[in-house]
Amino acid sequence: MTVHNLYLFDRNGVCLHYSEWHRKKQAGIPKEEEYKLMYGMLFSIRSFVSKMSPLDMKDGFLAFQTSRYKLHYYETPTGIKVVMNTDLGVGSIRDVLHHIYSALYVELVVKNPLCPLGQTVQSELFRSRLDSYVRSLPFFSARAG
Amino acid sequence: WRGIVLPGTESCSELFTLTYGALVTQLCKDYENDEDVNKQLDKILFSDFLPRGYNIGVRLIEDFLARSNVGRCHDFRETADVIAKVAFKMYLGITPSITNWSPAGDEFSLILENNPLVDFVELPDNHSSLIYSNLLCGVLRGALEMVQMAVEAKFVQDTLKGDGVTEIRMRFIRRIEDNLPAGEE
Repeated sequence: MTVHNLYLFDRNGVCLHYSEWHRKKQAGIPKEEEYKLMYGMLFSIRSFVSKMSPLDMKDGFLAFQTSRYKLHYYETPTGIKVVMNTDLGVGSIRDVLHHIYSALYVELVVKNPLCPLGQTVQSELFRSRLDSYVRSLPFFSARAG
Repeated sequence: WRGIVLPGTESCSELFTLTYGALVTQLCKDYENDEDVNKQLDKILFSDFLPRGYNIGVRLIEDFLARSNVGRCHDFRETADVIAKVAFKMYLGITPSITNWSPAGDEFSLILENNPLVDFVELPDNHSSLIYSNLLCGVLRGALEMVQMAVEAKFVQDTLKGDGVTEIRMRFIRRIEDNLPAGEE
């Protein structure tokens, strides 16, 4: 079981952070375009899911999976979006994504007045704490499985 | 800051931290050396607290969502409830009452019997025109804007000015729609 990578977006589509742990294949496009593609896709899926839902919406879009990986999605009412790609053995990790938002992004970036919002997070503390946290997850294995 | 002391109670500590941090950051941008910043902190003019409140609000909302786990509100009435019963409770330890709904449901008042922010505050003589509590209006406006609501918040009564209660009037202006960033198809 493993975590491949993680994206963090704000309400305007700015990619606040990207980290990679086990990614064997790249998208083949520049990173900036990859972020735009990811954000645009998420934006469309959210709207699609809500429109086509046969029942009243509760949480909205949560995840999708292919035969090789699963994309997990978590969004706050302020439009902060946490996207994590894992392998297929991982179940619902909303609590993990919420932790990344509340204990890492909010604590280390939002609450630091010297960290500007609306742009890529420069904080090394944030990057390293996030890295440690992901590596400590029970479904993260150092050896990609 | 002479003559004005912020309460050091547990529930106010985060608000205070954000307040102080935003203020100092702004001053550091405005003035080139620390000595001047210190002077500014000492003799600071609070004539325009509103923009500073807004800057606090845009960050405070994230802390609020992180800790309260409240989801999206479906309408302005739900928003009013969350502001009064969850947010005010969390940050200021009080629960204002919600009154005076407009017929259209787009305006309401928050009545604060006592305003903890001004518990230990006296307006010094040279700052008698200070709308100290104006910070709260900015905070509300900034916070709600981040959850896609454009609102107006203003004080209609203020105990610091001798009124019996503190009353904040909230007015819903419009919903701010999610937009795809420019250049996306």
